[in-house]
Amino acid sequence: MKVFISRDMASVALGADEVARAFADAGCDVVRTGSRGLFSIEPLVELETDEGRIGFGPVGPQDVAAVLDGTHINRLGKVEDLPFFASQQRFTFARCGVIDPLSLSDYAAHRGWEGLETARRQTPQQVVDAVKVSGLRGRGGAGFPTGIKWQTVLDAPAGDKYIVCNADEGDSGTFADRMLMEGDPFCLIEGMAIAAHAVGAGHGYIYIRSEYPFCIATMRAAIEASAHIVSPFTLEVREGAGAYVCGEETALLDSIEGKRGQVRAKPPLPALQGLFGQPTVINNVLSLAAVPFILAEGPEAYAAVGFGRSRGTMPVQLAGNVQHGGLYEIGFGITLGELVNAIGGGTASGRPVRAVQVGGPLGAYFPPSMFDLPFDYEAFAQAGGLIGHAGITVFDDSVDMAHMARFAMEFCAAESCGKCTPCRIGSTRGVEIMDRIIGARDAAPVTVSEAGSGYLGKALYSRAPDRIDVSIDAQATLLRDLADTMKYGSLCALGGFTPYPVLSALDYFPEDFGANAPVKEAAE
Amino acid sequence: MEDFVTEWTARHGATRDRLLPLLHAMQEEAGYIDDALVPVIARALNLSRADVHGVVTFYHDFRRTAPGRHVVKLCRAESCQARGGAAIEEAAARRLGVAMGATRADGQVALEPVYCLGLCAIGPNALVDGRPVARIDAAALDRIAVEVAA
Ligand SMILES: Cc1cc2nc3c(=O)[nH]c(=O)nc-3n(C[C@H](O)[C@H](O)[C@H](O)COP(=O)(O)O)c2cc1C
Ligand code: SF4
Ligand code: FES
Repeated sequence: MKVFISRDMASVALGADEVARAFADAGCDVVRTGSRGLFSIEPLVELETDEGRIGFGPVGPQDVAAVLDGTHINRLGKVEDLPFFASQQRFTFARCGVIDPLSLSDYAAHRGWEGLETARRQTPQQVVDAVKVSGLRGRGGAGFPTGIKWQTVLDAPAGDKYIVCNADEGDSGTFADRMLMEGDPFCLIEGMAIAAHAVGAGHGYIYIRSEYPFCIATMRAAIEASAHIVSPFTLEVREGAGAYVCGEETALLDSIEGKRGQVRAKPPLPALQGLFGQPTVINNVLSLAAVPFILAEGPEAYAAVGFGRSRGTMPVQLAGNVQHGGLYEIGFGITLGELVNAIGGGTASGRPVRAVQVGGPLGAYFPPSMFDLPFDYEAFAQAGGLIGHAGITVFDDSVDMAHMARFAMEFCAAESCGKCTPCRIGSTRGVEIMDRIIGARDAAPVTVSEAGSGYLGKALYSRAPDRIDVSIDAQATLLRDLADTMKYGSLCALGGFTPYPVLSALDYFPEDFGANAPVKEAAE
Repeated sequence: MEDFVTEWTARHGATRDRLLPLLHAMQEEAGYIDDALVPVIARALNLSRADVHGVVTFYHDFRRTAPGRHVVKLCRAESCQARGGAAIEEAAARRLGVAMGATRADGQVALEPVYCLGLCAIGPNALVDGRPVARIDAAALDRIAVEVAA
């Protein structure tokens, strides 16, 4: 009996290795795949039968017999027929969870390398044009058109050009890069080989964060296994070292060069003077992994889905306190509320959703009243937020938004590269302001007659020469002023975007900052 | 470790861009990067000591003192917080007898912060000596405590 069980890091964290061992001990032929991407049914076992692959999940090692005779109560039927999967548009993740990630024959049997073969029949300019026509925009956060970036590198005169894959995926709430690299590594390699053909690059780097040991091992093995196919293009993996800011493209380049991961001022653009001063394509994993589909199926097929200027699909990641968390690839335009409630099934705790953070630690917090927002770069920017890497972190009503605002500042302080003052110093001042706001909020309310007594009163009315006005109003004003300085005075988005989570928390959840509670709207 | 540096650079090269891979390899071998080795690395890669020191101290991964025999890296990022991470962090510190970011006095276990492991829908999560553990609750903490007592 042939069974399929994921070897994805998340599946393993949920006990997939023990389950796989139990099935192997029972004499089954166990194929380890990537994850299908719905964690509420993991560990998942799929049996090969005459009707196709029948899923059972979640299951444990003790369930082998019941699964093999088909009586287990968590029988799911065909996994791809579950509503969570049937409603997706899996362009990039078509093979993830289905194939053995390191089997070249599996990859080829599932239309692998078709994109590369098409690209090799075309001139570099034709490939770049195809990427332009597809409308693909960078999936790493900024949404810059990928075809235009490639054109710049193609047009740059130079002997050595590089393809760099940004696999630093530091944003909390995101795991699509990880899942793709573990579940379909040849897809990323194919995308990079197409990029190399398009711009004339000879060598590529995949910079993977050290927190992803499974990815690093899988990518290294996949590079070795496919070297003869992508040759003369060569690839290597570089391991990060626990610095969030190294996801910023120029800091990442400095890190590959063996330096502190500090952000470079632009210009020069990495496309013209990137790695070792040479023209460099630097793209996110998902941007590069979208390219094989675009070449194989034609750019029009990719551009046919989407919303406004956001074309194609986005692998959305549902995370945090969500019932059906996982990876959901869908064309742009789906609303935030559909994703959180219809697809994600609301919170895992069963309590009302109070806030979602979209786009990682630099993304804004939105209340359920904004759930009709369509997933689209422009719509999110207009609403004072960002899509980023499309991670959605769901919080229930137990969240303290002042605490989350403090955390955003704390994270910025911990991860600042130190190059510019608004971020390096401002983030620490921001933590202090949040501490004062939280302190004042949690102290008993002060009335005028009590002024001068008590902890807060002493702080407010002391004659100490260094006294500051620690009232919530004064501190909130200071916070906005600081956010302004960080937003406009920072060199990169770490300092520049930290105000998004902080100010959105303050604007949408003022009651957590000690303001008088407004009439609570019913949480959807 | 001096021989290790010599052998490693002979095999993998001694250009500047080898610095991070070398530091990773050294830490893998010895558990940490001893300050006393900074001049050795600097000589091997033809860099200044200040340069090497700057890199070692910039990256959170590189330790300058010996780690605990066991290392528990607990995720502190938003998605794990949304699933009760802060309470688990407190409980972990109590259960393991060591503050977040510290190594227990007997050297048996270190509790280190990590910001996201990419397992964000099944938190709170940790890496226990490199092994991923999800949905950490009080019972899971008990199992981890037993594991790191060995
Ligand atoms: C602080 C910071 C962290 C970032 N982290 C990542 C990351 O982990 N992965 C990523 O692809 N892009 C990240 N970016 C965006 C990159 O700078 C860059 O825009 C991206 O790699 C370009 O690739 P794309 O056009 O394919 O998106 C980060 C940016 C900043 C400012
Ligand atoms: S904003 Fe922060 S991380 Fe970005 S360059 Fe300035 S100091 Fe570095
Ligand atoms: S936030 Fe903890 S694993 Fe991502």
